[in-house]
Amino acid sequence: MTAISPEAVFDRPADARPDYLRIRAGLASWLFTLDHKRIGVMYLVGILGAFLLGGIFALLIRTELFTPARTVMSADRYNQFFTLHGAIMTFLVIIPGIPAALGNFVLPIMLGARDLAFPRVNLASFYLWVVGAILAVLAIVLGSVDTGWTFYVPYATETTMGGVIPVLLGAFVLGFSSIFTGLNFIVTIHKMRPPGMTWFRLPLFLWALYATAIIQILATPVLGITLVLLIVERVFKLGIFLPALGGDPVLYQHFFWFYSHPAVYIMILPAMGIVSELISVFSRKHIFGYTFIAFSSIAIAIFGFFVWGHHMFVSGQSTMLSTIFSLLTYSVSIPSAVKVFNWLATMYRGSIALKTPMLYALAFIFLFGIGGLTGLFLGALATNVHLTDTYFVVAHFHYVMMGSTLIAMIGGLHYWWPKMTGRMYSEKAGVIAWALVFIGTNLTFFPQFIMGAHGMPRRYYNYPPEFQFLHQLSTVGSYLMAVGFFLTAAYLLHALFRGARAPANPWGGATLEWRCASPPPPDNFERPPVAGDPYDFSEIDYDPQTGGYVYTPRPAPAAASAAH
Amino acid sequence: MNPIPPLSLLAQAASPTTWPAVSPGGGSAWMPAAAATAARQADFVFYFIYWVAVFFFVLIVALMVYFAIRYRRRAARERAPGTVSHNTALEITWSAVPLVLVIVMFYLGYRGFLDIVNPPSDALPILVTGQKWVWSFTYPNGHSDTELHVPVDRPVQLTLWSSDVIHSFYVPAFRIKRDAVPGRYNKVWFQATRPGEYLALCAEYCGTQHSDMLARVVVHEPGGYEAWLAEASDPFRTRSYAEVGRLIHQKRCAGCHSVDGSANIGPTFKGLWGRQAAFRDGTAVLADENYIRESILYPQKQVVKGYDPVMPTFQGQLKDREILALIEYIKELEK
Repeated sequence: MTAISPEAVFDRPADARPDYLRIRAGLASWLFTLDHKRIGVMYLVGILGAFLLGGIFALLIRTELFTPARTVMSADRYNQFFTLHGAIMTFLVIIPGIPAALGNFVLPIMLGARDLAFPRVNLASFYLWVVGAILAVLAIVLGSVDTGWTFYVPYATETTMGGVIPVLLGAFVLGFSSIFTGLNFIVTIHKMRPPGMTWFRLPLFLWALYATAIIQILATPVLGITLVLLIVERVFKLGIFLPALGGDPVLYQHFFWFYSHPAVYIMILPAMGIVSELISVFSRKHIFGYTFIAFSSIAIAIFGFFVWGHHMFVSGQSTMLSTIFSLLTYSVSIPSAVKVFNWLATMYRGSIALKTPMLYALAFIFLFGIGGLTGLFLGALATNVHLTDTYFVVAHFHYVMMGSTLIAMIGGLHYWWPKMTGRMYSEKAGVIAWALVFIGTNLTFFPQFIMGAHGMPRRYYNYPPEFQFLHQLSTVGSYLMAVGFFLTAAYLLHALFRGARAPANPWGGATLEWRCASPPPPDNFERPPVAGDPYDFSEIDYDPQTGGYVYTPRPAPAAASAAH
Repeated sequence: MNPIPPLSLLAQAASPTTWPAVSPGGGSAWMPAAAATAARQADFVFYFIYWVAVFFFVLIVALMVYFAIRYRRRAARERAPGTVSHNTALEITWSAVPLVLVIVMFYLGYRGFLDIVNPPSDALPILVTGQKWVWSFTYPNGHSDTELHVPVDRPVQLTLWSSDVIHSFYVPAFRIKRDAVPGRYNKVWFQATRPGEYLALCAEYCGTQHSDMLARVVVHEPGGYEAWLAEASDPFRTRSYAEVGRLIHQKRCAGCHSVDGSANIGPTFKGLWGRQAAFRDGTAVLADENYIRESILYPQKQVVKGYDPVMPTFQGQLKDREILALIEYIKELEK
């Protein structure tokens, strides 16, 4: 590199091949693609569609709760909507959200690889997701479902609604989709890292996805077999869970939470991974305590397997068991706290650019702070007894699932949007929408902590009038959030068609995905790039010509400055 | 006691409810007023965790906002002034300090929990039955009621079970909650410290009227509990059959069966007596004493046209005299 060349300006080979979006056209080129990027985009479209559906259900729930008793729908309808909201958001949106959509797109490029280890398994996982989504929609058509997303027995075996079995089958199939993704990620990270990328030069997002994949592979089969047992119990009445036949309904809860608590970490770990990337890149400073963050992901994945009993402190589980689970539950809080402190230390003496993705990362720290710290109340036995199954729990897990996981996912979407689409979105619109979503989230969920601590149980259609004002605040907050999300959808779609061309590296990231073009060519890199420290920004220089950053390897200081 | 229908909140939502508050006044910003011994311990743990959480949250957000302003990037080519990428001593410190704090939280929570799971041996035993969508309480003398009455300052042990799906018995003012699970007995105890009326709720989702599965909890002054139990155990001593029938209807039936002709989960009692009851299978029968008795004891045998077969049996819950009282009450509705 001695003079200005297209490669230096656009960080793209001079004989620019068409990018992955334009290389082929037509529906079939998408439906049968093996390109991880296209599969990631299809996942993204599907997941955002499911998010819209689950979000509409949420708005209907909040609207119904504007007054006690009937506002707009019957109690049975309300019960169906909160069940569908929970099931869709959990199984179709939040669990696959970050790994399957963003992870699928980014993971191989971050490794400098051409694709995942098993591209066909990847496509199969997407189609399993589609089958799961169809079954969920089928469940709505076939008489809906009113069990709550947890499907507790004997309620789930007794209810007469026709959608129970389709929705259970849907969750079962979605489990396989999740396992396929996890398997693919583990093999890819083990076998396809580029020269120079030792385990401790792995970007933290990949550590997070790796930890997530371990949980996906080990925990999801338990959910699968539990759901099958539940279907069998409902259809043939074998007496596994049904007390009238000698079964134990609390056994079902153990099985269910043995998956579903680790699943919480399937949801939050990738979010933490994204935040680690965002904080470092937008502070232009090496992530603080890389090793602690990497190991804390693994620690959360492991400890997360031993805390499921904290969902059953009042179920009649033995006191000894509850005590052990309470103690183990607190073990998870330490690695989470460590991450937050490390992010703050990364910002300290950084060069902080408050772009939209960074705002989402900061919102994550704020919201996860509340979501995580309120978990401490639920881990303690004496307070758990009072707070469990109240709105306090609802608020707690929404601060984590919505306020943290979804916020990080949207932050990640903005961060990788230029890479995925080759277009920049309006930064001004991004900030406005961010503010609406951030304020809306707090307005929706914070009043729920107060209600719950004062004894408002969850899944209530009718409620004592003393809670009406707080419920109305919450409802207004949900509308505000909806406006923010619709605005986000609008400016991102606008950017897709009208947005300015994105440079290869608009934010100054040092991970490998920023070294290929935006959008990348079908096989990402012509030659496997040599990876260095993913958080060393000393070789990333601002290039005013493109408005982005370029990677200029040192030592060649003379040549690098000549390029400008 | 002012008898209030426990199930009819749904039907009577428009009328002012006389249920006790979920969160009795006189509590703190975050907690309802405490009315049982377990509350003191639970609230202490709550506020200990609360202030630790507030401290860390304020610290985190303050640092975050300060750094975001203090170290903001002014020009795109600007680089970070700091280069430190780890500090093992610091990182071990901020792992160890929270570790110590959470172990304290665990221990405090554990100590409070032991207090509510191990009842004193002289506790007054009451059996709590959860059933869609009503709580019933069986007292040591065999009397069964939809209200929980207890003496103040005396330990009470609840044995909970359910006859259908899982429910959860929750009294926010007492800070106790325990699931009522079919096929097993769960226990929880409390000692009320303040006479008054409190609300018990169902905290485990159980279907259509989950949010109306409420019960009145009455904590009596010394002596009041015994007097109430004597009166409640034999309502016929001072009342006619029809009057007792009206009370039973309000406590047991009003959630599904109105007496003013309006439709609900089940058919109305108004105009029932002496009419031909038409069934889902097309048959019909005269609504007389035998029909009403059969409907109470074997509700699935014949289901009235236009309604779902959802009524539970009241075998073992209503005595013969009480069924007769209900029949008299239904007769009286036509007068």
